[in-house]
Amino acid sequence: MKYTKRFDGRKFEEVRPMDAKVGVVKNALGSAMFKIGKTVAIAAVYGPRDLFPKHLQNPGKGVLRCNYNMMAFSGSGDRVRPGPSRRSKEIAMVTQNALAPALDLSPFPKTVVDVFVELIQTDAGTRCAGICAASMALADAGFKMKDLVCAVSGGVVGGTPVVDVDYAEESYEGGSVDIPVAVMPRNGEVTLLQLDGEVPKEEFHKAVELARKACDKIYEIQRKALKAKYSQEATK
Amino acid sequence: MSKLLVENKQVVIPGDILAEGMDYLPAAGSFREDDKIISAQVGLINVSGRLIRIIPLKGRYIPKKDDSVIGYVKDMTYSSWFIDVGYAYDGNLPLKDATSEFIERGANLSDYYAVGEIVLAKISKVSKEKAIDLSMKGPGLRKLRSGRILEITPFKIPRVVGKQGSMISMIKDATGCTIFAGQNGRVWIRGDSPAQELLATKAIELIEEKGHVSGLTERIKQFLEKNAVKKEATK
Repeated sequence: MKYTKRFDGRKFEEVRPMDAKVGVVKNALGSAMFKIGKTVAIAAVYGPRDLFPKHLQNPGKGVLRCNYNMMAFSGSGDRVRPGPSRRSKEIAMVTQNALAPALDLSPFPKTVVDVFVELIQTDAGTRCAGICAASMALADAGFKMKDLVCAVSGGVVGGTPVVDVDYAEESYEGGSVDIPVAVMPRNGEVTLLQLDGEVPKEEFHKAVELARKACDKIYEIQRKALKAKYSQEATK
Repeated sequence: MSKLLVENKQVVIPGDILAEGMDYLPAAGSFREDDKIISAQVGLINVSGRLIRIIPLKGRYIPKKDDSVIGYVKDMTYSSWFIDVGYAYDGNLPLKDATSEFIERGANLSDYYAVGEIVLAKISKVSKEKAIDLSMKGPGLRKLRSGRILEITPFKIPRVVGKQGSMISMIKDATGCTIFAGQNGRVWIRGDSPAQELLATKAIELIEEKGHVSGLTERIKQFLEKNAVKKEATK
């Protein structure tokens, strides 16, 4: 069964409506909210602080530590059991690896910078929304970065390459594959690429290409949100 | 042909292209990639000559040699004190740099600095791994008693102090408070009355909030005049 029209009426290369805001958690050094469709992620940055056990310390630079958590009633299905799970630990790890190449923690040797990503509402694409929010939060906290990191999932639903897969598409009967992609848009470096399932080569390339293009749009939203924080204050 | 793509005091974020061509040089907060200069930080642009620098708006304190800092005594050993100066790890204040007084053998070290007390110290050394050594030998370095401490972004301390201390002396004159701004973002305020301390606190909070907007001195002046503590009220 060919997937010819998207469930929510979007075009195949169209992402869901996005929104972003910086400085949402007052207690944190830096924080950000990123919303894509019905998925809402909040990221908060704390540190640099002391890191123990000692063998985790790096005498050359600071260490990034991410935490991913879906809130109990964030999804549309069952209650998510609180606490770390196999899935959340994996996503925390890929988030960390997606952000680390952009981040320069050399002024803070032996320390750790904590990034907490909370998903308050989910409709697929949570790791991507989390990465978008986390990279904005790190920039807001004043850390040095090569570039912001943007992420969105490409996908192949019923044999059609699409971008920004939502939950309904993810559970499409005719088969669907989602491919989360994170890039640093200025030079196009890819920092995350995941794929579960099987997909023909051409469709894979097309889906990744769509995701890369969508990342440029996300980049604009992130930049606007970061700059708005200071221009807003200036006009007050 | 080199081209500058930003102007002074413009807000930039990581990844922004600041200039093209080889005539400009990247300074603090920016880096070169091929023939472009890229911003690495959220901050304000400062172009001086060929150098493009970014003045950060927010961030954590990075200890530097010769910084005057306000620290909390956290722990002590038989020959040193550990002082929290706002970095991830505590600074070390060795006995020999702790005071110019003679310390007798077997003296109780808590008589000098006890855990929980607040000191104004100078950073004498920072190693590559950011191990901090402190000293209390120097003009003005002492234990701080009474008053209150305010924590602000360390990058806003230069705005609080102002050019040749103009801003801080304006606040001192207007409020009658004794104020010291540590480079680690902690500001110590002591006044004759809580109302005076509160006014100074609010003025400094205003600087932190609006430090990047032009016309800051005028704004603070107006704020202090408008909210001036009346002489009678202090009595």
